Amino acid sequence: MSSNVITVSGMQIEERPWLDALQRWLTTVDHKRLGILYIAYGLSFLLVAGVEAVIIRIQLMRPHNNFVSPQVFNRMFTMHSTTMVFFAAMPILFGFSNYLVPLMIGARDMAFPRLNAFSFWLSALGGLLLYFSFIGGSGLYGAGSAPDVGWWAYAPLTARAFSPGHSTDYWTLSVLVSGFGTVGTGINIIATILCMRCPGMTLNRMPLLAWLNLVMAGMVLIAITPLSAAQIMLLVDRYLGGHFFDAQAGGAPVLWMHFFWIFGHPEVYILIIPCFAFMSEIIPVFSRKPIFGYPVMVAATVCIGFISMSVWAHHMFTVGMSSYANSFFTFTTMVIGVPTGIKIFNWLGTMWGGRLQFKVPMLFCIGFLFQFLIAGLTGIMLACAAFGWQLSLSYFVVAHFHYTLVGGVVFAIFAAIYYWYPKMTGRMTSERLGKWHFWLFLIGFHLTFDLMHFPGMLGMPRRIYTYEPGRGWDMFNFLISIGAFIQAIAVLVFVANLVISYFKGDKAGNDPWDAWTLEWSVSSPPPEYNFASIPTVASRRPLWDLKHPEDPDSRYE
Amino acid sequence: MSAIANPFPQASASWRLPDRGKIAMSCLILAESAIFTIFVVAYLFYVGKSLSGPTPRDVLETPIFYTICLLSSSLTIHLAAKLLVRDKVGSFLFLWLLTFALGGLFLYGTGKEWHKLIYVDGLTISTNLFGTTYYSLVGLHAFHVTVGLFMILIVAICALAGRVGVEQAHRVEVLSMYWHFVDVVWVVVFTVVYVVGR
Repeated sequence: MSSNVITVSGMQIEERPWLDALQRWLTTVDHKRLGILYIAYGLSFLLVAGVEAVIIRIQLMRPHNNFVSPQVFNRMFTMHSTTMVFFAAMPILFGFSNYLVPLMIGARDMAFPRLNAFSFWLSALGGLLLYFSFIGGSGLYGAGSAPDVGWWAYAPLTARAFSPGHSTDYWTLSVLVSGFGTVGTGINIIATILCMRCPGMTLNRMPLLAWLNLVMAGMVLIAITPLSAAQIMLLVDRYLGGHFFDAQAGGAPVLWMHFFWIFGHPEVYILIIPCFAFMSEIIPVFSRKPIFGYPVMVAATVCIGFISMSVWAHHMFTVGMSSYANSFFTFTTMVIGVPTGIKIFNWLGTMWGGRLQFKVPMLFCIGFLFQFLIAGLTGIMLACAAFGWQLSLSYFVVAHFHYTLVGGVVFAIFAAIYYWYPKMTGRMTSERLGKWHFWLFLIGFHLTFDLMHFPGMLGMPRRIYTYEPGRGWDMFNFLISIGAFIQAIAVLVFVANLVISYFKGDKAGNDPWDAWTLEWSVSSPPPEYNFASIPTVASRRPLWDLKHPEDPDSRYE
Repeated sequence: MSAIANPFPQASASWRLPDRGKIAMSCLILAESAIFTIFVVAYLFYVGKSLSGPTPRDVLETPIFYTICLLSSSLTIHLAAKLLVRDKVGSFLFLWLLTFALGGLFLYGTGKEWHKLIYVDGLTISTNLFGTTYYSLVGLHAFHVTVGLFMILIVAICALAGRVGVEQAHRVEVLSMYWHFVDVVWVVVFTVVYVVGR
């Protein structure tokens, strides 16, 4: 990213032609470039899945609409969710992990740079495979169809008899392949954090982002793999005549549900824990105070990681499990709210008494805190099995998880992009455009997802392509769709900000936010080797020690 | 960055972190264990639930000899790795090739068993629940054995070309961790399929 033009008294060495640059990007093993590739890839798919969401909302804007056929509608919600989870959120979050972890721990690269590149390309090509289904899949309805079985792909809908053609196989294979890439990155992150920290950086002095990525990577190892196993079983059923989920041979489709949700629930914690990491890095800097309760934050995250493995069947309350099972999963789901609540208190404790700076990253962080809290509360409501019996598969659940995923994950991603954009590109973003983005997105988000709880409580089921008028859902759906359009405009403002700032933004120095972790000690963007000499640290905030040698943190830790 | 004073001059000297190859292989083993756990759970869930067709008791013969082969190969690979650390390349190569032979023998035994099951007993992956879960679980394990043998073969070829010495001892140790994992999985699969499941 740094200029390739060197002027040497009279001579000028030309910039490399674009083909050279393209080849360097395609063959890179540098964690920073791979991080940027992941983020750019994820943002592109975020926009594509956003278009799919807008199509869904246009169809649902009024009853008996016929903007898209029911078959296309099914493909839209399947592709929207599959894309958002696997090819938008995960790549962006892994991109940030890739970019930041080595820099924050004082290393020159990840532990296995080539594995890093391999994992990226596996995930990237998996995503392209999924979208190839639009032209390559063949289903009951003629040539070219994307998967339409929902992102959970429940058995026996996915059996050969009920999903002929290849659309389900595109879902299975693309997610399977990118799952292997994800596990590779998980291994890489753990090896990097455990084996490549700079001298003096004990685990107790690591930035919280590194700690939380360590927990997330551990969860990846044991949560993604059950999905891979289940998908192999599905392929055996579909192509080798197996009977894993075949009720006619004595098999149990509910087994797919168990296996899927053993993956699916930890997966959403894999998505949110890096977002917690962003909060833990950004909020202290814009409160001008160190994070409140570092050890408890670590302990709470580890607890969340463990407990999240034991809550999965709260997605299955309506399946007819015994009351013992329902009670157990109600209990564990409520318990997981405790460490999460502790973290929210600690972020608030960080802000309390600090000198708050309401820059754009901080605005998104405050939105996150408020929204994730509400999402957690509706989650506790749903955790109650009896309440879940009423509201399962209704728009209340859709509202709840979009509150966590958009109000939580997407807001945190925006905060992280605004915060680390200067480091990655050497340019500051426009505060004005950033604030327009924030307020428009906030208004659109709340218009859509606050209101969405009510059709759910009034009985509107999920995944329906249209509905009867006069049930009290009409005005809600209309306003929800308006909110979606407002969010779309906000995202366009965001993209414009990123593009314009790249060319016209103010130059950023090493440390535009006056922060304290090691990535801010190198130039923006960092040199390929990260650090001229590997640093030695003596506290959790090495740059604070550097800037305030008369009052270093190392005296108090 | 060199402006940060080093407050702990001893820290750099005694700063030792775990080995990344071993940590990475441990992580891979953890992830693969999760995959195998799911297949074992499916197997146990479906024990006795087949509606028709051959049952385990009818057709399974306990593969004691081939199991001993595989478990011995864990011993030989362990000894081979230790010999390489002491730069005894000749003895290492002998034990390494013995490991390969024992592993190959195990795969041959699996193939023989499957041949009998398919052609004599009429049990395939699509026959019934037992067939599906048995071939998936044992097949997944055999696949991992095959991959391990392939890696062992690559090392063997390099060793025969004289390119493996004490400098590669660490990599050989990491590979042997994988092989031990494959063995431990067989112990679990053996217990579940041939002991508990019958």
